[in-house]
Amino acid sequence: MHVVIYGIINSITLSLISLGFALVYSISRVPNFAHGALYVTTGYVVWLLINKITGFPYPLAVILGIFITAMIGALIYRLVLIRIRGMEISEIIATYAIGVAILEGLRWGGLRGMTYTLPVFIPGSKEFFGVTVDYQRIVVVGAGILTLIFLYFFTRYARIGLSLRGIAQDERAAMMLGIDSDFTAIISLAIGSALAGFSALLLLPLGNIIVEAGYSVLIFAIAVCVIGGLGSLLGTVIASFIIGFAQILTDKFISTHYQMVVALLAIILTLIFKPSGILGRQKELEERV
Amino acid sequence: MDELRKERVDRSLKVRTEGIYAISSMEEIIYLLGPRLLFVVGILILPFLLEAAPYWKRVMSIMCAYAIIAISFDFLSNFVGLVCLGGALFTGVGGYFAAIFNHYLSLPIYFSLPLATLCGAIFCTLVLLPALPLRGVYFAIVTLMYPLLFSRIIEAQNILGGTNGISGIESFPNPYMEQYTVILILVFSLFGMRRFVNEDIGLVFRGVKDNDQAVKASGINVTTIKIYAVFLASVMACFSGAYIAHLYMWAGLSLFALDFSIIPIASTVIGGGGTLIGAVIGSFILVPLSEILRAAGTLRIVIYCVVLTLFILFKSEGLMIYLQRKYHQFERWVKV
Amino acid sequence: MSEEVILSVKNLSKSFWGLKALIDVSFDVRKGEIFGIIGPNGSGKTTLINCITGFIKPDSGRVYFKDKEITGLKPHKIAHMGIARTFQIMRPYYSLPAYKNLIIPLWSPRAKKLGGWRGGGKHGDRDTVAVDILEEIGFERDSRVPYKLASTLPTGYQKRLELARSLALRPEIIFCDEVFSGLSMSEIAGMIPLIEKMKMEGITLIMIEHRLRELFRVADRVMVLNFGEKIAEGDPHKVIEDKRVKEAYLGSEHVEV
Repeated sequence: MHVVIYGIINSITLSLISLGFALVYSISRVPNFAHGALYVTTGYVVWLLINKITGFPYPLAVILGIFITAMIGALIYRLVLIRIRGMEISEIIATYAIGVAILEGLRWGGLRGMTYTLPVFIPGSKEFFGVTVDYQRIVVVGAGILTLIFLYFFTRYARIGLSLRGIAQDERAAMMLGIDSDFTAIISLAIGSALAGFSALLLLPLGNIIVEAGYSVLIFAIAVCVIGGLGSLLGTVIASFIIGFAQILTDKFISTHYQMVVALLAIILTLIFKPSGILGRQKELEERV
Repeated sequence: MDELRKERVDRSLKVRTEGIYAISSMEEIIYLLGPRLLFVVGILILPFLLEAAPYWKRVMSIMCAYAIIAISFDFLSNFVGLVCLGGALFTGVGGYFAAIFNHYLSLPIYFSLPLATLCGAIFCTLVLLPALPLRGVYFAIVTLMYPLLFSRIIEAQNILGGTNGISGIESFPNPYMEQYTVILILVFSLFGMRRFVNEDIGLVFRGVKDNDQAVKASGINVTTIKIYAVFLASVMACFSGAYIAHLYMWAGLSLFALDFSIIPIASTVIGGGGTLIGAVIGSFILVPLSEILRAAGTLRIVIYCVVLTLFILFKSEGLMIYLQRKYHQFERWVKV
Repeated sequence: MSEEVILSVKNLSKSFWGLKALIDVSFDVRKGEIFGIIGPNGSGKTTLINCITGFIKPDSGRVYFKDKEITGLKPHKIAHMGIARTFQIMRPYYSLPAYKNLIIPLWSPRAKKLGGWRGGGKHGDRDTVAVDILEEIGFERDSRVPYKLASTLPTGYQKRLELARSLALRPEIIFCDEVFSGLSMSEIAGMIPLIEKMKMEGITLIMIEHRLRELFRVADRVMVLNFGEKIAEGDPHKVIEDKRVKEAYLGSEHVEV
């Protein structure tokens, strides 16, 4: 039972972390390697707001934090990516460099040590089927499910969502229909970054804000997206459940420290057997060039 | 008012050095060989020049090690089309293998250094194997993730010394060996690779970067070629890792640090990608700079990343190509 | 031209995400002939080449080369067996001089085994052989042209370079994907002797073309594709009179042969 509950929690956690990356890639084909950096940035910004400005209300800080991160994401596109659009390798190097610059900059600027924490939304814990679960984790699961539902309806029904999907499916055709590719890319990066920030604010209260989290988040997000298929949101969700449960199972039956190993093995196996991922939208030809 | 435009013309000396005329007189020979000789001689006597400053001698050794990694990056990225975002993978693997051979298996340095290089290269090629038949993106992703993953696994599993690393690795028997091993390997790698990429087989590698479908249509197995290329690059970069482990007499998580990934990329971009020598020049600039800025801590990395991004954005041709242009050509204003 | 069948394609089909690019295509090519494949845009011609030469895996069907099945083999293996192809969107190795482009096929295992076209395959030879090949296919003799960077060559030369790349492999079959497109009338007139020379050497040519007039000057037999299906096959002049073929091309002046 413990496995089931924590499996679900872990999986939803992974989904939250990865969806921002998956969304950006599926819409604008940009691999945003600054994803982890944006995650940590949100946490730090919120921490600054509530700790440096006395009496700053937490909910406002949350909203502001996510907004700022979304703006940073949009800026990254507008200033940097717009010039190297389409050159995938350059996009990776540039976003990675920016991500590292942000993370190491934060580290230099003072984000060291274990003292940076964010308050949980609801303190305490509760018992479910004989397993103790923090309220915060329940909030995570709830928020995660809500996010998934929201994204589902957004991409299917809202006008912006539909135009984003149009771009995702066929950029040239979408452009001919008057949908501005650069503008949608900015929007997608803003949303993706906001998602990163949102997941940060849900998950960081469970631990500390540390720079390493930025790298871990990046690794897990990429792992999940590659396994699920770069470009498929549903694949990302499925992959997060697979890895989520695999991690909990190894944690229970082998040892706690194998989480990374599981991610690594999963990636290698995917690349060998089905490089396009579980629900990869790329044709096999494109993967095996 | 006459309109003027800039025109670039080959220097007459350059034109006179084409083909067989290169050996027609001392002037031409010096023109061609001069820079190369200067470089080789300069680097060979550098240890003597730095006799008074042992700290800087060590920096110089590290600098050469970084230069070798940069060459391997330039080769893979600009000659084969495989962008390696994680040079730290090679240094970490090379360094830890050196520790295994030297510390756990008690092999003397004459064995542990070459063996670590070889085994490290085989190991790295094997782990990168799954990404090779696929699009370039996957190679970049995989190289980025491996160093982060490996360092975390070592830390979490507390194997291979965990966070403390493995100390007690044998060092070089005398300071000259310590310095000249890396210098000679650098010179050998640089000139060797420059020769190699112009050989017929080197052209096949470059073909893979330009148009791998055409290479396949010519009956050549592109994946095999990529394996050779990755192995070649691994040998060079793993050597650097093993060398550094022996130099510091310690192998630890810092061998998987971002420095080893970012600095070679920055060196190549700044020095001029696609020339191999540019990567070396870039390292010669960035590594000492990095030492000078050591007090600034991780701010160095921030600066490198920003500079790197700016170079990518504005497509700067890099130092080397700029210098080459100045050397071979002169500019003048002409009437339109 | 003999009656021996060198390439046999049976029931080849391929769809992309619901779009049927090839529907049950079958045909035989005889050794030494020039076989044309024509059809309006989007009829699946390039997909056909890609499936036969291994760049795409067909959904169903089989391909036989000299009675050996080659369906689904990797492209380099198929090239090694002797089937070469040109690319419609020409992409020579841009950063290399023209003749160096040929070093790569001359370096291939096949060239090493059989000796490339006009000899060559042994190291050291390759540079000279490469220049020789280029001069034979129409680059000016003893000039700087073979040494120019591939990216700086005019279209006609790039097309020849494409062909040379296939020739260097000493293939038995060459798939020529629209080698006439983008060329002027005189350039095409210059290409025709080259094509005839290849035929005399015994190379089977399968030519995908839009320029029907020029194609019909050299082709022995022709096959017509429309929306992925074969709708006619046989003598070029008879085929062009076929009602269905005319319908497929309706509206295009190219129908006047």
